[in-house]
Amino acid sequence: MLNYDLVVVGGGPAGMAAALKAKEEGVEKIVILERAETLGGILEQCIHTGFGLHYFGEELSGPEYAGRFIEQVEKTDIDVFTDTMVLNISNSNVVTAVNNNEGLMQFQAIAVVLAMGCRERPRGALSIAGSRPAGIMTAGTAQKYVNIDGYMPGKKVVILGSGDIGLIMARRMTLEGAEVKVVCELMPYSGGLTRNIVQCLDDFGIPLRLSCTVVKTHGKERLEGVTIAQVDEKLQPIPGTEEYIECDTLLLSVGLIPENELSKDVGVELDRVTNGPVVDEYRETLQPGIFACGNVLQVHDLVDYVTEESQIAGKGAADYIFGKKKGGKFINTKGINGVRYIVPQRVNIEGEEKLKLYFRVGQVYKGAKVVVECDGQILSSKKKVKLAPGEMENVVITPEMLKNMNENSEIIVRIEE
Amino acid sequence: MKKSLICVSCPLGCPIEVEIENGEVVSVTGNTCKRGDAYARAEITNPVRSLTTSVKVENGLHPVVPVKSSGPVPKDKMFDCMKEINSVTVKAPVKIGDVVIENILGLGVDIVATNCDSGK
Ligand SMILES: Cc1cc2nc3c(=O)[nH]c(=O)nc-3n(C[C@H](O)[C@H](O)[C@H](O)COP(=O)(O)OP(=O)(O)OC[C@H]3O[C@@H](n4cnc5c(N)ncnc54)[C@H](O)[C@@H]3O)c2cc1C
Ligand code: SF4
Repeated sequence: MLNYDLVVVGGGPAGMAAALKAKEEGVEKIVILERAETLGGILEQCIHTGFGLHYFGEELSGPEYAGRFIEQVEKTDIDVFTDTMVLNISNSNVVTAVNNNEGLMQFQAIAVVLAMGCRERPRGALSIAGSRPAGIMTAGTAQKYVNIDGYMPGKKVVILGSGDIGLIMARRMTLEGAEVKVVCELMPYSGGLTRNIVQCLDDFGIPLRLSCTVVKTHGKERLEGVTIAQVDEKLQPIPGTEEYIECDTLLLSVGLIPENELSKDVGVELDRVTNGPVVDEYRETLQPGIFACGNVLQVHDLVDYVTEESQIAGKGAADYIFGKKKGGKFINTKGINGVRYIVPQRVNIEGEEKLKLYFRVGQVYKGAKVVVECDGQILSSKKKVKLAPGEMENVVITPEMLKNMNENSEIIVRIEE
Repeated sequence: MKKSLICVSCPLGCPIEVEIENGEVVSVTGNTCKRGDAYARAEITNPVRSLTTSVKVENGLHPVVPVKSSGPVPKDKMFDCMKEINSVTVKAPVKIGDVVIENILGLGVDIVATNCDSGK
């Protein structure tokens, strides 16, 4: 058994930022366990720029952003095991992992940070008729083929889902000479950032069809085409609107799911909406000493926010290790009227620092107000030019606001049109 | 004349209103920072984009290494740049920041590596 103060599971931007913050706070023995061959996580394949503008004040590509953190980790005495897969976490915080050189390893930790990221929703999660010819893959898989393995998976492309990875891949494949025929989005709005619609689709004249889906795939060995159709308000295909589109590749960009198998096994309670752990403002789960940050906690579209959140978790873990973590009275946060979820789900009303509640809305709003209230009292109300499901928002809670609350209070965030 | 744009300079994607009179930008509103102002003015006169792609590596750990343009290139020159970049091969080892193509097509920007490849 190896003894560590802090074991970090996952070496993406979240895991690295949490480990570095804990180090900065004085935690001595820290180890990062990463199943891939290098640190960096999914950023290694995100070669477009747009990372780090808020955190570094520079526009970096994914590998450059990750590179800055890898460099910092290398300068510290944080231990790193790559090619190492974590298999289990026990409820006494023993982390079991395996790698080819050392075989099975066990780490006794005081605190654990979960930073396993997320994975893409696979085709199985969709109901499309047709056999399974080659040429159907998730957008992230295509991103790896093109950006890391250096080969193009196809020439004529249809993309289902307008998540950011799909939009980014529409541009990427167009630049490499493919013809991206259409991006179909089931919902009446796009799930991606507006800037990506502008610079990845509009710039190249790629049509975005909203309220539209793929109902059938054609071809035996290799994909030959797809049938798309408009959908009604209940998201059901409307008969008579079918259209055949010839293509050899179908990319799926239909959402990300936090990777929480390990969390579930150790008994960490998950939020039904985020599919990530329920956490307090220090990003501690309901399982003492187990913290979570990054995409495993909630799907992020900006890595800058991942870093911010992970530093909170790293600080929380350090406080826990030093026995400094504040007790206190925890109350719940709740999103209603268009607010789908809130992270953190729990807030300490005896907290002395300002904190942010992150949330996402369920539809597009223009000129609506974000209202925060507690026990019938409005704490803040702010008008927003635009709110969209693809963009994470936040509201600030100050210690003054918490002063008048008691154990039975509930902080509510809602949208008012 | 008023024109609505979305600033693409960072992921916030601020909605921007540009007021144009006789082909000249008279006001820019809606931007959160200075970059938005610069973006809106350029978008009206000479739209530019930063370009990211990959370039072939000889003897690399991976077959390609990612690259970016050191500054934005005119939007209508993107495919010409791609042709140029796809015609070169670099030799590993490659470091972040290595110049792969200097002053591409005379546009005044370089193509630089954005990841390292220590080689086989
Ligand atoms: C395919 C894909 C493409 C993306 N593209 C973009 C994009 O283009 N732009 C953008 O802004 N955001 C993108 N994202 C979002 C991006 O993931 C986040 O911005 C950010 O990388 C999240 O950081 P993270 O550290 O939480 O997760 P990750 O970067 O995913 O890192 C998690 C790490 O944990 C490791 N891990 C998981 N389970 C285990 C285990 N059991 N044992 C050991 N290690 C484990 C993984 O190997 C991985 O390295 C993408 C996400 C995905 C899934
Ligand atoms: S105006 Fe500034 S903050 Fe807004 S999108 Fe542009 S660069 Fe980002």
